[in-house]
Amino acid sequence: MHLGMLLDMAADGMADRVALGPQADGLTFAEMASRARRLGAALARRPGERVGLIDLNSVAVPLTLFGSAIAGKPFVPINYRLADPALRAIVARTAPATIIVGDGVAERVGPIDGIEYLTRTQALALAEDPAGERADGWTGDADDIAVLLFTSGTTGEPKAAVLRHSNLAEYIISTVEYAGSAADEAAIVSVPPYHIAGISAVLSSTYSGRRVVQLEAFEPRAWVDIVRAESITHAMVVPTMLGRILDVIEADGGGLPSLRSLSYGGGPMPLPVIERAVAALPEVGFVNAYGLTETSSTIAVLGPDDHQVAFASNEPAARARLASVGRPLPSLEVSIRDPAGEQVATGERGEIWVRGGQVSGEYLGRGTSLNADGWFPTRDEGHLDAEGFLFVHGRLDDVIVRGGENLSPGEIEAALLEHPAVLEAAVVGIPDKEWGEGVVAAVVTSDAVTEEELRAHVRTRLRSSRTPDRIQFRAELPFNESGKLLRRVLRAELTDAFA
Amino acid sequence: MGVETKSGARFRSAVDQTEIIVVRPASGAIDLRCGGHPVVAIGAEVPGDLTLDPAFAGGTPLGKRFADADSGLELLCTKGGEGALSIGETPLPLKDAKPLPSSD
Repeated sequence: MHLGMLLDMAADGMADRVALGPQADGLTFAEMASRARRLGAALARRPGERVGLIDLNSVAVPLTLFGSAIAGKPFVPINYRLADPALRAIVARTAPATIIVGDGVAERVGPIDGIEYLTRTQALALAEDPAGERADGWTGDADDIAVLLFTSGTTGEPKAAVLRHSNLAEYIISTVEYAGSAADEAAIVSVPPYHIAGISAVLSSTYSGRRVVQLEAFEPRAWVDIVRAESITHAMVVPTMLGRILDVIEADGGGLPSLRSLSYGGGPMPLPVIERAVAALPEVGFVNAYGLTETSSTIAVLGPDDHQVAFASNEPAARARLASVGRPLPSLEVSIRDPAGEQVATGERGEIWVRGGQVSGEYLGRGTSLNADGWFPTRDEGHLDAEGFLFVHGRLDDVIVRGGENLSPGEIEAALLEHPAVLEAAVVGIPDKEWGEGVVAAVVTSDAVTEEELRAHVRTRLRSSRTPDRIQFRAELPFNESGKLLRRVLRAELTDAFA
Repeated sequence: MGVETKSGARFRSAVDQTEIIVVRPASGAIDLRCGGHPVVAIGAEVPGDLTLDPAFAGGTPLGKRFADADSGLELLCTKGGEGALSIGETPLPLKDAKPLPSSD
């Protein structure tokens, strides 16, 4: 199925519902579709084989996503926060393309062969021009590329993940009920447009008929204000956002009375933060979602009922599921495999593999990473428990090999985070003459605590080989803006400090 | 007799506005009908002399999914209409889907 059809269905069946903006005067689905069709016709005529976007969240994001689909050109949202040389390199790789840009971006990047810039204002004017031609239907088919997303490149040169119309549409129709949202539902979108969650938010909301209110870029005070003012019922946050939101509502005591569902994902969420959130927002249903760019977003969910059961249970296995990502979606398969690609026994750790229509596993210019049977190795380490709950332990590439023993940073980080004074923790391996790699940690703390106290705390929970040799106390950890820890940066800094 | 269904293939009713897309193909050729008459591939010519069979006039609502357990066929209605879907004369049931918690 083509994304153009998904938009047509929303416009046909939910024409007068508000799609974007305030309930009183936002754009309806019919208006959104009409503007996307005008922008689509304009984008089809413009030079370039792709349509880029380097901008904050605005109405232009969903219009360009659907407009590109209608024009039959891949949509390439690019991270506007990249430093100039990195941004210029990615823009050059996107050529030939028309790129829609926010204020000052074209000047920052400068002229590049095969790139034509269109400002957000110009793009919106094309979409709104009553005299503009409106595309009828769409160009291309379901096997064409809908979206190219550059990976964050925390471990190397960014790769462009290929998501075809069929991948994204399969994800949407198998996880979202068409027109299934109640008339009063509204979602706040604060993740950036170049994140897979930004793409899936547009598509899910459109298909379910849920109104979307956008925040240009995440800022906790503005986020809380919009949720209250716009009676937001649904939200999705990455781990670093949630703690900052809780700081705001705990300080002003106003709560989030309209909020019904808060989904979190995009990285491991520290258990203490979730416990704090559940205490602060007792009426909210929490959803933990696990997914990758290469899988068109979510592949496993821990729903509100799962959260409640785990919280209420005294049984350790049930309680532990709060740290899981729930069960795989019924529309796909997950298997845990050893390095030879053989499935391991239930409960054993291995690499998480996934198969299903939403799974792309393809990078531009590098071909597919699916095996002959269509399975995608995620490079994430995990295990499935006896009830089918999936636990994610982190990137396999981050595994520390100390004296022949494989150690998962995630497990050691979780142990550190259980200490009441630890707000953030990261564990990496650095070169070590005796062991090959040594375990070191960096922490952000709220109260006074010594390195030796923290080492003793970890040693009582895990065995001594997993206890960090050294711990650095810092004001902050290096995260990118999507809340992903920049391990490569941290490893270099800790190597300088300790090796 | 019947049509080959391929994932992503689109069909329309010969007697009303209904349009469908194949989500999962059937294991073989299948006698897929809407409003009592065989469906037509989108883009192909629609026979002009047919009328809606009142026995198959229960309607096909936009956005609903239909599944046939025997053949594995699964369809999504992309344009609603008055005709009802059937395989031969057997009505095609709505897919019973448990809603997932919203994660986006």
